[in-house]
Amino acid sequence: MDVLSSLALGFSVALSLKSLAYCFLGVLLGTLIGVLPGVGPLVTIAMLLPITFSLDPVSSLIMLAGIFYGAQYGGSTTAILVNMPGEASSAVTAIDGYQMARQGRAGPALATAAIASFVAGILSSLMVAIFGPLVGKWALEFGATEYFSLMLMGLVFSAVLAHGDLIKSLAMVVIGLMLGIVGTDVTSGMPRFSFGLPELLDGVGFTVIAVGLFAIAEIVLNVARVEKVAVFSTDVKNLMPTWADIKAITRPTLRGTALGAFFGALPGITASIASFSAYMLEKKLARDPSRFGQGAIEGVAAPEAANNAAAQTHFIPTLTLGIPATAVMALMLGALTMQGIQPGPEVMTSKPELFWGLVASMFVGNVLLLVLNLPLVGLWARLTRVPYRWLFPSIMMFAALGNYSLNNSAMDVYLCAGVGLLGYVFAKLECHPAPLILGFVLGPMLEENLRRALLMSDGSFTDFVTRPISATFLLVTALLIIAMVLPSIRRRREQATADGGTD
Amino acid sequence: MKPGLLNNRDFLAGMLFIVLGCTGFVVALSYPFGSLQEMGPGFFPRVLGLVLVGFGLITAVKGLRAGMPVNGPWGWTSLLKLTLALVAFGWLMEHTGLLPALVSLILISAWAGKEFRLGEVAVLTVVLCLLALAIFVWGLGLPYSLFALGGQG
Repeated sequence: MDVLSSLALGFSVALSLKSLAYCFLGVLLGTLIGVLPGVGPLVTIAMLLPITFSLDPVSSLIMLAGIFYGAQYGGSTTAILVNMPGEASSAVTAIDGYQMARQGRAGPALATAAIASFVAGILSSLMVAIFGPLVGKWALEFGATEYFSLMLMGLVFSAVLAHGDLIKSLAMVVIGLMLGIVGTDVTSGMPRFSFGLPELLDGVGFTVIAVGLFAIAEIVLNVARVEKVAVFSTDVKNLMPTWADIKAITRPTLRGTALGAFFGALPGITASIASFSAYMLEKKLARDPSRFGQGAIEGVAAPEAANNAAAQTHFIPTLTLGIPATAVMALMLGALTMQGIQPGPEVMTSKPELFWGLVASMFVGNVLLLVLNLPLVGLWARLTRVPYRWLFPSIMMFAALGNYSLNNSAMDVYLCAGVGLLGYVFAKLECHPAPLILGFVLGPMLEENLRRALLMSDGSFTDFVTRPISATFLLVTALLIIAMVLPSIRRRREQATADGGTD
Repeated sequence: MKPGLLNNRDFLAGMLFIVLGCTGFVVALSYPFGSLQEMGPGFFPRVLGLVLVGFGLITAVKGLRAGMPVNGPWGWTSLLKLTLALVAFGWLMEHTGLLPALVSLILISAWAGKEFRLGEVAVLTVVLCLLALAIFVWGLGLPYSLFALGGQG
């Protein structure tokens, strides 16, 4: 009954007029921006991050989470209507969703995506409420040794599951860790990598990295691309799915939810892997698998459910362990840290209104998403036709002014330009930015925990392998790396990520 | 046919890692290393620098073997124009105030795109300036002067 009373506390926070307003604003802005073609959730969150910092921590997290669900759903809308998924995880939805749209069934496809996301969102929020505290209680036993091994595991997971070359992804993690070092060392008070710039004594700003890496680099990539995308525009009518449709999507939605919720709770597994697995499962179970790719409604429902379920359960490791599973979660974690809150198992006891308020706002956010999307679908459909040449100057405006406004410092804007430049070069060389941002967010904690662990063990590394929890994390990490190096498994992974990709 | 070194994707990535790793390692040499019992501020960055150089070497060798070319043209002009847009914005914010900075940011950004339609850009500039004022100055209450030819404090 503990969960129930905590949830009651959460709802008292989430249903306050202020939280409702920020949740609504977040969902609305997220959908509005996320639905624009070529603008995925990462860009959306990165560009809106600075605006949320002036709010109190609870409101800011609720609004960010709202932006996240909204952008996620907006991305699916774009995927279905114009076959331009804003992010990898809605790429799976685009396969059958776009076919449905071409056959004049855009309305039912959009409604299916909304309903599947809603069901998955509600069920998986319940799982966050139940399992979050359990994980948190377990994590209270962790010492510095366990945390170090856990973070190492999270970082290696993120690199392994990033699309592309493992070594390059690991290198990106290391670069992120090094960027996290910049600033004054907590223990010795010595400035590191500050190159004599007073602005760097507090470290490189989190939004500088996030905006540069995800918004600026992305814009340059899109602007520099030569080919033009032919947009097939659809008119949305007959929104409501038929009874046969509803029957057809019930089971796939539930299966997708289960799969997504499970995958989402594991560190490093991205929503795109969850949605891709759900799609493959439906294809296997279907009586006539050849319908998939031709506009099968199950092919929209299952991945959408999995996608959204994973998006919610990602919050479990992020909030209870402080280990973000994906780049989006790294942005959430970074936002919390900037508000002065160190995520971890203590958050639940020291700031129950934050954790439970967020969990309750997940229910609220999913309801708002459904209420907002079903009637506004026509507007979203029109928005998908906004040309990119209007969009990127707007994103640039948010990026530049947002970064400037945090410290009123032009240096932050210059640094952001530098990070954008570096991010673009990395993207051209097929080095993925998600592992970098995870390394950047976890870097300071990784160093601190390593220092503490070594201090306690008197400089010996044996503790890492003799303490059972730490040993388990390291063993899993080692097995994972070995598995990656074995060629047969590697080939299978390439197949899986070729269509799935990363967030 | 293998691409030249300057167009070899993994070779370039490896070189970039090596340069970054070396820089990190060399700069960290001036920080005390400490010991395993008591890690100094130089411990972590030096280890990371070496690891990065190691990953860089592996990647570069892989690149020489596989010889995958860089995907698509480099697009330097768009990159430089968009970088310039940000740098100009930062400088103008400090020296001339908000509105000139915004106008230059939007104009240079639009110039970086493939199509530049004067009428559209003019409308876009006005709309975005109003939006920026509404959100950042009136909404968040940031104390920026719209024009400040002498610089803002």
